Amino acid sequence: MSAEQKGVLTGAHYLDGDHACSEGAIVAGCNFVAGYPITPSTEIVERIAWRFPATGGTFIQMEDEIASSITIQGAVWGGAKAMTVSSGPGISLMMEHIGFAAMTETPCVFVNVQRGGPSTGLPTLPAQADMMQARWGSHGDYEIIALSPNSPQECFDLVIEAFNFSEKYRSPVMFMMDESVGHMTEKVVIPTPDKIKTIPRKFTSKAPGDYKPYEVSSGLVPDMCKAGDGHRIHITGLTHDEKGYPVMNADCQEKLLTRIVGKIRDNVDDIAMYDEDEIEGADVVVISYGITSRISMKAIRAARQQGVKVGHIRLIVVWPFIENYVKKLAGKVKALVVPEINLGQVVLEVERCAAGQCKVVSVPHAGGAVHEPETITKAILEAVK
Amino acid sequence: MSTTEIKIGGLGGQGVILGGMIIGRGASIHGGKHATLTQAFGPEARGSACSAQIVVSDESVEYPYVAHPNLLVVMSQEAYTRFAPEMAEGATMLYESELVDPAGLNPDIKAYGIPATRIAENLKRRMVANIVMVGFFTAITELVNLDAMRKSVESSVPKGTEALNLTAFERGYQFGLDIKAGKNPEEAMTAAGEPA
Repeated sequence: MSAEQKGVLTGAHYLDGDHACSEGAIVAGCNFVAGYPITPSTEIVERIAWRFPATGGTFIQMEDEIASSITIQGAVWGGAKAMTVSSGPGISLMMEHIGFAAMTETPCVFVNVQRGGPSTGLPTLPAQADMMQARWGSHGDYEIIALSPNSPQECFDLVIEAFNFSEKYRSPVMFMMDESVGHMTEKVVIPTPDKIKTIPRKFTSKAPGDYKPYEVSSGLVPDMCKAGDGHRIHITGLTHDEKGYPVMNADCQEKLLTRIVGKIRDNVDDIAMYDEDEIEGADVVVISYGITSRISMKAIRAARQQGVKVGHIRLIVVWPFIENYVKKLAGKVKALVVPEINLGQVVLEVERCAAGQCKVVSVPHAGGAVHEPETITKAILEAVK
Repeated sequence: MSTTEIKIGGLGGQGVILGGMIIGRGASIHGGKHATLTQAFGPEARGSACSAQIVVSDESVEYPYVAHPNLLVVMSQEAYTRFAPEMAEGATMLYESELVDPAGLNPDIKAYGIPATRIAENLKRRMVANIVMVGFFTAITELVNLDAMRKSVESSVPKGTEALNLTAFERGYQFGLDIKAGKNPEEAMTAAGEPA
């Protein structure tokens, strides 16, 4: 299905990543945003509040992040496409409801424009230190989908993918921007609506009396019902059966969680998005994401000038992790180098997948700035020795 | 690949970020190049020192930050003191000649001054000094063509102020052409129709 005409600002714009994210959400069909503005994500909700009157959406400035993260889910069950927007301190408060969205299979998008942490940390400066929080932040077993854009254009393009994944897999999706990308201004091309693919919500065709909200007809994702069509539903964070009512025993837990986790784990190949650059024959491969991928490109160019065969994998979807891909890659190279603006997060996943087949080198940065490209070049040159 | 790194420095309120936005938009939306704008972002950017960085390239910009600008524009003495030492070898500097004393400048740097604020005051709107500077920048650097920069000014300023801003742009541009043609600043002011 293509995007609705209403509200699509087709053309070339000079936008920062935050504003581009707002435009992408609108194009994706987002018509409900609840948020408690926080730096460096404020410009996203500012633009949403400015644009929604023209596109017919509803924006509510909430009393806090906890309320924001559950209000969007009420809106989704009422038929809306919804997101909330925040940064580390707010995302921490939303964790309970991210788990609720995973358990109740509520499609919605959480935008995190990452800044330095923990706690209030560095409000105006970049970090990528919430990557493991995105993966593991709420309690219990669940899988998450997380995307990491590296430019304003991608803030536009990928937030549309985030909404599409949320509908396709009925899952919360984390949109992991960072302060650098959010506040960087570049050309953003918004295509005509017919060129933009959006995935609409899959509604049941069953009559109210025959519908069970968590019954799966094919695949692992159940159909939703349209509010107002007469279906009776019960939505709970407690372990539930196909009817949606609590059944708190080990059998029901196993059946439910196997499906909820499986719908993502079994579809890593469908969800995976990454860029490959000169992997064939490489001695060292840099694995990066978000703003650090652009710093890495400069570092890699410098290392290549010194005769090192360096490849680059840029993770566009970070979670679920491309486990099998990295396992195979680790068998072919001397080293994997992982620069990220944190003190070592995604590198742990790379280490796990490499399982000793090659060296894995972390290039950490505590946040507040991006890496000096020379630091990454140096790590590449050391790694190849 | 031809890449130009630009830094614009001044004080909050001088329109430094808007100036950077106009150059970036001119280059990337109207001028057929790629341009990435980043800016000093934080509480310190309001009312005190403030800067914008733009990387302009014929190809897509990978690394978006400026370490050693090829073009430096300074609107305040503080910005000059802070950023002049960062300039790349053989860089060009544009400065607000009545607000900046470029003392101790490396002779390797080509420097061009313009009394942008005075020209703006002659238009009865001091706040268009940044647009005068953008016009001057367009003439001196020839980085982005004149038509693209005019379009960028027009689409970047508040509705209803286009004519004033375009006039400010033309004054700065003409002053730049005159300086390049070898006129001294006073002659250039007279040629641009400014009161002596």
